[in-house]
Amino acid sequence: MGEATNVTEVPLPQGGTVAVKPGDFRTEEMLLNIGPQHPSTHGVLRVVVRTDGEIILDSQVHIGYLHRCFEKVVENVTWTQVTPYTDRMDYLASMYNNLGYSLAVEKLGDVEVPERASYIRIIIGELQRIASHLMSVGTYGLDVGAITAFLYCFRDREITLRIFEEVCGQRLNYNYIRPGGVSGDLTDEMLKKIDDFIDYFLPKIDEIDNLLSMNGIFIYRTAGVGILPLDLALDYGCTGPVLRGSGLARDLRKDEPYGLYEQFDFDVITGKGEKGQLGDCWDRYMIRVREMRESCKIIKQALAKIPEGKFIEPKLLKNVKVKKGESYLKVENPRGELGYYIVSDGKKGPYRCSVRAPSFCNIAVLPEISRGCMVADMVVIIGSIDIVMGEVDR
Amino acid sequence: MTSEEILKRLQDQFGEAILGTDDSSLNLTVKVASETLLEISRFCRDDSSLSFDLLSLVSGVDWTDRIESVIHLDSTAHKHHLVLKVDCDHESPRCPSVVEIWNAADWHERETYDMFGIIYEGHPNLVRILCAEDWEGYPLRKDYLMPDEYHGIPNDFQQAGKRPQKYNPRG
Repeated sequence: MGEATNVTEVPLPQGGTVAVKPGDFRTEEMLLNIGPQHPSTHGVLRVVVRTDGEIILDSQVHIGYLHRCFEKVVENVTWTQVTPYTDRMDYLASMYNNLGYSLAVEKLGDVEVPERASYIRIIIGELQRIASHLMSVGTYGLDVGAITAFLYCFRDREITLRIFEEVCGQRLNYNYIRPGGVSGDLTDEMLKKIDDFIDYFLPKIDEIDNLLSMNGIFIYRTAGVGILPLDLALDYGCTGPVLRGSGLARDLRKDEPYGLYEQFDFDVITGKGEKGQLGDCWDRYMIRVREMRESCKIIKQALAKIPEGKFIEPKLLKNVKVKKGESYLKVENPRGELGYYIVSDGKKGPYRCSVRAPSFCNIAVLPEISRGCMVADMVVIIGSIDIVMGEVDR
Repeated sequence: MTSEEILKRLQDQFGEAILGTDDSSLNLTVKVASETLLEISRFCRDDSSLSFDLLSLVSGVDWTDRIESVIHLDSTAHKHHLVLKVDCDHESPRCPSVVEIWNAADWHERETYDMFGIIYEGHPNLVRILCAEDWEGYPLRKDYLMPDEYHGIPNDFQQAGKRPQKYNPRG
C-alpha cells in the first residue's frame, strides 16, 4: 500500500486538518474566449483558447465577423468600379490594394501606364507603407503597455494622412490608383511636402527605436516569444514581415519587381534573432521599423527622378477594355503578398476576382506559434502578426 | 525555370495525367485530373528543380457547367509560379485536399468550400469559415440567390418590397 504512506495532513484555516493523498488535487483545462470585441485583437477577431493554468494548449481562430463578400459584389460592377471596394479590404493600406488591383487589370488588359504615374505610384505606395507600419508599430506598443510610442507614431501618421488628403481628398479609402494610372497629378508643392516629410521623419524613426524598440521592458516582453520557424512560416503561406522575420529575404519588390521597382536601390530587411531567437515577435516588429527607413530611401530616389508627363489616359477613368483570360498578380503589401486572381470573360466587369489577402494567410499560423505560450503573450503574438480584419474577412 | 521548362518537367514525370494547359491565362496553368492532384502536388513541392514551397491561394471559379478549383503555387527559391486547376462537377463538386502537403491550404480550402461548396476530401476540418455556420447556399456560385431572411432579419431588398433589380454589366 504505497499510497497510504503518501497521505499528508494539511491544516485547514478554520482549524483541524484534512488528509490529502496524491491525485486529490487536479487541474482542469479551461476554455477562454478572447474577442471578438477586444482591444488587442485589432478588429473583430475571436480566438478560443484552451488553457492549462496560464499556458496555452491550443487555440482556434474564428473569423468572418466583417465578411461582406467583396468577391461577389465586384462580379456585378465594371472594371473601374472595383477600385473603391478594394480600398475597404485592407483599410490601413488602401493605396496598395488599389495598386495591386490596377496592376492586375493592366496586365490582363494590356494597358500602358504613363511613366509619371508609375513614379507617383511608388512614392504614394511607399508613403502608404510608412503610414501602415506606423500604425502597426504604434498599436503594438499599446498591446504591450507602452502608450507613449503610440502617440508619437500617430503624430507622424497624421502628416501622411494629410498628404493623402491633399492628393486625393480622402484620409483612409483613397480610390486614387486606378487601372491605367492615378486619378490626379502630384503638384510640385505636394512633392515638396512629401520631401519635407521624409526629411522630418527619418530622425523620428530613431526616436521610435529609443522609445520602444530598444526599450528593455519591451524587449523582455517580445523577444523569444511566439517563435515562428522558417519552414513553418512557408508551410502556412506566411509572407511579408512575418516571413522576413523568420529570416527569408522574400520581398516581391525585389524578387518579381512590378511597377518600376527594379530601378530602385533598397535593402530587404530580414530578422536575425538579435534579441532573442530568430522569428520571434521582436524580429517581426523590428522589420517594420527598419522597412520605414527603406521606404524613405525609395521615396527620396523617386522624388529625385520623377519625370514630367501624363498621369492617366482620361478615357481609362471611365472603363477599361479587358480581353478574355485570366491573370494572377501579386504585390508586396505592407502586410505581405497581396494577390489578385482575375478572370475576365471579355465583358465590362470581372467574371471572378479572387483576393489573396496577406493577413488571412498570416493569422492562420496563430494556433501553431501560440502553443505553449502564456495567455498574456497571446496579445503580443497577435499584435506582431499585424492583421487587418477588413482584409481577413473581405 | 521558365514556364516551358516547368511544363516539360511535369509532362515528363506524369505524361497523360497532365490534361493540358490553359492558354487564356497569363501564368502557366496546368489542368490535372483530380485523382492525380495529390501526387502531382507532392512532386511540385519536393522536386528540387520545382520546389513550390509556398501555396499562395486556393480559389474557385464557377463556369456554370463546371466548377474549377484553382491552386496558385510559388517557389521562394526559384521565383516561379504555377497554377494547378482541377475541374469539378457542378452538381456535387469534389476535389482532393492538399492540406497534407501545404498547411496553408487549410483556410483557403475552407473558404472555397464556404463560397462554392467544393468538398475537399481529406480536409481535417471542412467547415464554413467566413459565413455563419448555418448559412444556406454557396454565395459565389453564379446561380446563388440571396435568402429572403436570415434568423428573422429580412434582407434590405425584401424590406423595400422588391427583389433586387437585375443589373448585369456583362449582359
